[in-house]
Amino acid sequence: MRPEVILHSFWYLMQAAGVTIALSLVGIALGFVLGALVCIARLSGNPIATRLGAFYVSFFRGVPLLVQLLFIYYFLAEYGLDVPALVAAIGGLGFSSGAYQAEILRGALNAVPSGQGEAAVALGFSRLAIWRRILLPQALRISAPPLINEFILLLKASSLVSVVGIAELTRVSMNIASMTYRPFEAYLGGGLIYLAINLCLAGFGAVAERRLATGRS
Amino acid sequence: MSFDVLWRYAPALISGFGVTVLCWSLGSALGLALGFAIALLNRLKFAPLRWLLRLYVEIIRGTPFLVQLFLLYAGGPSIGLKLSATMAGIVGLALYSSAYFAEIFRAGFTAVPQGQVEAAMSVGMRPVDILFRVSLPTALIATVPAIVNMLVILSKETVVLSIITVPELMYQMQTMAAETFTAFDAIFAMAVFYWLLVEAVSRVGRRVETRLTAYLTREAAA
Repeated sequence: MRPEVILHSFWYLMQAAGVTIALSLVGIALGFVLGALVCIARLSGNPIATRLGAFYVSFFRGVPLLVQLLFIYYFLAEYGLDVPALVAAIGGLGFSSGAYQAEILRGALNAVPSGQGEAAVALGFSRLAIWRRILLPQALRISAPPLINEFILLLKASSLVSVVGIAELTRVSMNIASMTYRPFEAYLGGGLIYLAINLCLAGFGAVAERRLATGRS
Repeated sequence: MSFDVLWRYAPALISGFGVTVLCWSLGSALGLALGFAIALLNRLKFAPLRWLLRLYVEIIRGTPFLVQLFLLYAGGPSIGLKLSATMAGIVGLALYSSAYFAEIFRAGFTAVPQGQVEAAMSVGMRPVDILFRVSLPTALIATVPAIVNMLVILSKETVVLSIITVPELMYQMQTMAAETFTAFDAIFAMAVFYWLLVEAVSRVGRRVETRLTAYLTREAAA
């Protein structure tokens, strides 16, 4: 055990952690947009849109992320689009996260008591106003803790994009392992950084949950 | 889509699927046992032990599975732990899932109404009897949906084992793809296969769930 291996490559690891965080942020943002669209499709009442939304969720939650990443990578290549690995990585993370976020948002919207929407209709609110002033504010508040949880899961899942060659935290740990012949220390260092980021996120999530909970009462 | 290639590589793919099922079942079984042990040890009111177990669970849940596998498989030898890829995969799955299963069992124990335990104490049941006859039956039934969900998640996680060269389905498929230049066909087949597998496992899981929790719904209906 030689801990100085970790110290020597500390800045290298920190840079890679930055890439991991950036990837996860872009992935979760893309996933949120996709998730919102899928959620709207599933709640729209249009049978085709509902089916498509359900298919999307079932497919992207059922296929392992590693398979999805390679699928996007090879699928676009098959049709002559030579995408950079980064696009495949972000796409893979975003599409799969979109399926989970669609379910989170759907659950949150369903958790708003239906009487509130009906009361708003009775009071003559327009459809848009009902969404903007009654459903969305409450649904977003309810979905905040599970969304932070989803971000933690995505951050861990982003380790898989190392297989398409993105120099994020796991890939850089691999590089350090092969350069120093000290795989144990290298992966320990990488793992500790993941742990630190996730503990911060979990702490942030706990604070957010408490804040939002007091706001509701 | 070239089905003849899939046909030619069928023996390798079937053996790969066998390894996938082996890793999944053994890893989950060991993980369940370990997680259950952690949850039980947590119930002993011994603070240092609880901190240690908490630390273990947080470390496992806070780091990616892939990094854990690398640490075990590539890093293991430098601390005197030499495992074959498949063994490392099974042990890795077991350790990884044990933390999640421990949390599931812990939550299950909190689902036991405190009044039942107090009632059992007041009629003079021994702690062991309270555990096996009062707490566990309720706690275990309460954990069934979460365990089924975790087993489905683990069936997808086995794919990651291909990265540390465990010869499971994904690995065999990638070998086939590399040897026959059919990368897209292979990954397409994999996506469809895993999708169907996960759907099937979820469906069986839901069956088991309704079966095991049937008396709860019947009670609620009555």
